[in-house]
Amino acid sequence: MDDVEAIAALQDPVRRRLYEYVAAQDHEVGRAEAAEAAGIQRTLAAFHLDRLTDAGLLDTVFRRPAGRTGPGAGRPAKLYRRSAAERVVSVPPRDYRALAELLAEVVAEVGGEEILERLARARGRSAGAAAGPGEDPRRGAEGTGAGPGAGPGAGPGAGPGEGGDAGPAEAPGGGPNVDGVAVGGRVEAALAARGYEPYREGTGLRLRNCPFHALAVEFPPLVCGMNLALLEGLLDGLEATGMTARMDPRPGECCVVLDSKNNHS
Amino acid sequence: MTDHHLAEFNVARLREPLDAPSMAEFLALFEPINALADSAPGFVWRLADGAADDATGIRPYGDDVIINMSVWESREALWDFVYRSAHLDLLRRRREWLLRMAEPETVMWWVPAGRIPSVEEARERLGRVRRDGPGPEAFTFREVYDAGGELVRS
Repeated sequence: MDDVEAIAALQDPVRRRLYEYVAAQDHEVGRAEAAEAAGIQRTLAAFHLDRLTDAGLLDTVFRRPAGRTGPGAGRPAKLYRRSAAERVVSVPPRDYRALAELLAEVVAEVGGEEILERLARARGRSAGAAAGPGEDPRRGAEGTGAGPGAGPGAGPGAGPGEGGDAGPAEAPGGGPNVDGVAVGGRVEAALAARGYEPYREGTGLRLRNCPFHALAVEFPPLVCGMNLALLEGLLDGLEATGMTARMDPRPGECCVVLDSKNNHS
Repeated sequence: MTDHHLAEFNVARLREPLDAPSMAEFLALFEPINALADSAPGFVWRLADGAADDATGIRPYGDDVIINMSVWESREALWDFVYRSAHLDLLRRRREWLLRMAEPETVMWWVPAGRIPSVEEARERLGRVRRDGPGPEAFTFREVYDAGGELVRS
């Protein structure tokens, strides 16, 4: 199936809701769970999930429920997860990826990492400043105003599902500090709007998706270094002084993690 | 594939001698990063000379060039250690301590499982990738070959 057809499979609102739910989970999702999340019948969910699989947007795996093995454990359940395949449609045709690869190669060859990081930091800073409340950050009113996707940089992850469930007005770790709560929510919303798919872990935020994945796989130190600088700048621009960005790569995730300074040793 | 392991060899030109104050932070990273490698999934072996438990004492390219060599069960195992662990941050910061080299600094090749490659062999492979570019006998992460000699399409 080509990219246009794959993306067209998301036109159906129910199917889209199912896709967004599965994509946002940190585990493989069964039919019953997906049906409940989308508020539809299990058989209907199964139909749409399989359509999404046919379109190449979801992958399926068969697995027995946790803790049940051996004979008599029952049939393995069909589980769904987001496909790693990227789908892009551009009309008229554009090829920014080829350009990005070439430019990355140039930066690596001339040793321009420092310049790249400086520019990325500046870019992150202005994006953060633009996404911020643009007024006294102490007001804490941005929980209603600047939701996910409200920033000018609303990226591919700015769908209604991402970040919305998490509630942008809560800080990671949910500390008692009212200021920290507002800032943490703003950071989470800004990250969600840029497609990072943030989720809480401990007192910090981890990022499930790398918006620069293909380039990051080809030029890891270069692109991950740029990404770190970009996020440092973003925190700066958002005036999130209580948070720091650092590298902590894990297989299958973004290379950067954001810590709350107050709670982190 | 499982009857072959992936050997990796790389060289690095030091900005200053390892005992210089400016290199202290770099030097301090050796132990934790080596320990990380040793416990990484798919790790098989790494070059070390006795007392220091690292390869910094082996300098076949001259006093200012240190070398590194290791063997892994698969390309994915090596990739996850190099780019998806704390090792990535060291790579990101490498220019603080290491000079750029005009020629390729890294080479990989397949060895029969159980055989440990020699430094001599590693130098020959690096020489090959520098001279002829990547091929089935000596390649890089940008252009990987499988143990059967086929180019891996990512």
